[in-house]
Amino acid sequence: MTDKDHTQGWSGGPVCPVPLTNHTTVQLAHGSGGRMSAELVAKFFQPRFGNPFLDRLEDQAVLPRPAGRLAFSTDTFVVDPLFFPGGSIGDLAVNGTVNDVCMSGATPLYLSAGFVLEEGLPLATLHRILLDMEKAARQAGVAIVTGDTKVVPRGSCDKIFINTTGLGTTPDGLVLSAASLAVGDQIILSGTLADHGMAVMTCRQGLSFQASIASDTASLHGLVAAMLVAGPPRAMRDPTRGGLAATLNEFARSSGQGLVVERGLIPVRPEVAAACEILGIDPLTVANEGKLVAVVPPQIAGAMVAVMRRHPLGREAAVIGTVVGVHPGLVAVKNGLGVAQVLEMPLGEQLPRIC
Amino acid sequence: MKYLAEYRDPEVARKIIAEIHRVTTKPWVVMEVCGGQTHAIVRSGIDQLLPKEITLVHGPGCPVCVTPLETIDQAIAIAASPGVIFCSFGDMLRVPGSSRDLLTARSAGADVRIVYSPLEALQLARENPDRQVVFLAIGFETTAPGNAMAIIQAEREGLANFSELVCQVLVPPALRALLASPANRVQGYLAAGHVCTITGLEEYREIASNYKVPIVATGLEANDILEGLLMLVEMLESGRCEVLNQYSRSVRPEGNLPARAAVDKVFGVADQKWRGIGELPGSGLRIRREYQKFDAARRFAVESLKVSEPAECISGLILQGLKKPDECGAFGRRCTPESPLGATMVSSEGACAAYFRYKPLN
Repeated sequence: MTDKDHTQGWSGGPVCPVPLTNHTTVQLAHGSGGRMSAELVAKFFQPRFGNPFLDRLEDQAVLPRPAGRLAFSTDTFVVDPLFFPGGSIGDLAVNGTVNDVCMSGATPLYLSAGFVLEEGLPLATLHRILLDMEKAARQAGVAIVTGDTKVVPRGSCDKIFINTTGLGTTPDGLVLSAASLAVGDQIILSGTLADHGMAVMTCRQGLSFQASIASDTASLHGLVAAMLVAGPPRAMRDPTRGGLAATLNEFARSSGQGLVVERGLIPVRPEVAAACEILGIDPLTVANEGKLVAVVPPQIAGAMVAVMRRHPLGREAAVIGTVVGVHPGLVAVKNGLGVAQVLEMPLGEQLPRIC
Repeated sequence: MKYLAEYRDPEVARKIIAEIHRVTTKPWVVMEVCGGQTHAIVRSGIDQLLPKEITLVHGPGCPVCVTPLETIDQAIAIAASPGVIFCSFGDMLRVPGSSRDLLTARSAGADVRIVYSPLEALQLARENPDRQVVFLAIGFETTAPGNAMAIIQAEREGLANFSELVCQVLVPPALRALLASPANRVQGYLAAGHVCTITGLEEYREIASNYKVPIVATGLEANDILEGLLMLVEMLESGRCEVLNQYSRSVRPEGNLPARAAVDKVFGVADQKWRGIGELPGSGLRIRREYQKFDAARRFAVESLKVSEPAECISGLILQGLKKPDECGAFGRRCTPESPLGATMVSSEGACAAYFRYKPLN
């Protein structure tokens, strides 16, 4: 990336005063739609995301019509800190939306990316985030085909906010729906809980054990594709904000069925369990960014767990519970003593306890 | 996991529960003093597995719950002062004051930060010499040593921009008040193991002999509580009124002497208001004259801020073990963790919040 034209005016000749474009931080002018905006796109965004759809630099991407039905999802990412063990806001912005698209059984194809940048954000930070997005998009097999950048005055946002919208195709005839849960269905979790939420929380709080906990951020498209071979699940969700507790409650509400899970069957890494214990937080309510919960008919549960365990993102997949014909709309969790309690939808912000 | 799974082993729990069933012949009312114990009991569901003769009542040992309304209001007033960084443990942020909580103050522009220790607040004071850093120093005997050490350290470093809003409470005076009340129905106590780790057992021996009640210093894990309960029921059944130490992996009879010395250096015993209970003589700690410059209530002149409590919330009766959360008409309806009427619904150590969060399935 060279900067040789920064002494050139619009006409190509020297002008006075000479506009300074070799900044190290984001300037308001980077969002003005003028030359600095164009430079930002040319130097930072295009080299990372370049593809035939994006490189036209029109106001829209014109995409070939794919087979099947469209799966369409959007999400906005505002994480603090921007970088944490195991990933960054860039990874989340790609994987989060890709996973939402995938949960319909879809193959993700395209993403849009909208950026709100705070004036003064180091361009090196933006560059690192874009590198992470580039890598995550490559791994997920999606192209970032259209985008937008705005710059807001310092203090009007926290460093960088990213919105991504994803488009994928769901095969005709494949309809996943939480409303279709039936008594006897098995609840399968793809791996350990609470890694992402605790990585961010321990990092944010500067706790000394943070180094050993890493976010699980990952694109689940490959795991989902492998799972469809075993047969269609009734429903799938990725337990992000609100964790497993929120996802199971959504399933129970949408289907009107009762769900029972056993705490002892739910995998949590020891260091994550320890961090949750210290902060007084239930791992079932903590966010995940690379896990899914699938509810499947009992006859395919064994095969489903087997195919999941053969995929790197499903090695610790396990049946954790069952759909039952009692307590409609409620989720129960059984502990080691066999005592069943209601698992509530988690409440607002998680507040660490005093002692 | 080391030191986590061992004390929750269901096999061990089942054995102790069977033993409790075997030794229990009469009805007994037992109080677990500490909110952490209440939480462990309800979370593990052991209350559902005990003999029907045993009634567990939940004690006043939740520091968030007993912090009086006026301390919250003082905290909010200080937090809203220009240039202040107000630091608090997380669960204090949602405790309702008389009109709002610290989270609302934060959304209105106050710089309120969650910290895990007063030492983090000290670090903020070092990093922000042009700001006033105030730490909300609440808690029982367990938090007092850390809060005292923070003041000693601030004095050593000459950190003039650090202060503490202190609401330290003491367990033994509260136990005496509960025992002296004509409404008292508690026959034995599971004392808070963490508190006894600091204070030792001396004061509890005095209480056991003066009020003729058995006390067991008990840990905070499910199996600790079951073992403490077994020791207590054995004493109740045989008519003994001693102080036993279930939590011997942590509690020494004399307590933690350096911690006690630090507390004694910075704080003196004073009368203290408890939310829902009222003022109890000699039940709190105040910053001593020598360290008065670190007293945020004085520095920000909020000492005169006094308020009284709303009528509908029965948290006072709950904290005294006279009512259970589900006996309250507002429980789960007008009072939930999302919109709590009183502090026992806010803190995860509060009895009402524990009941709400770990509702039995039936």
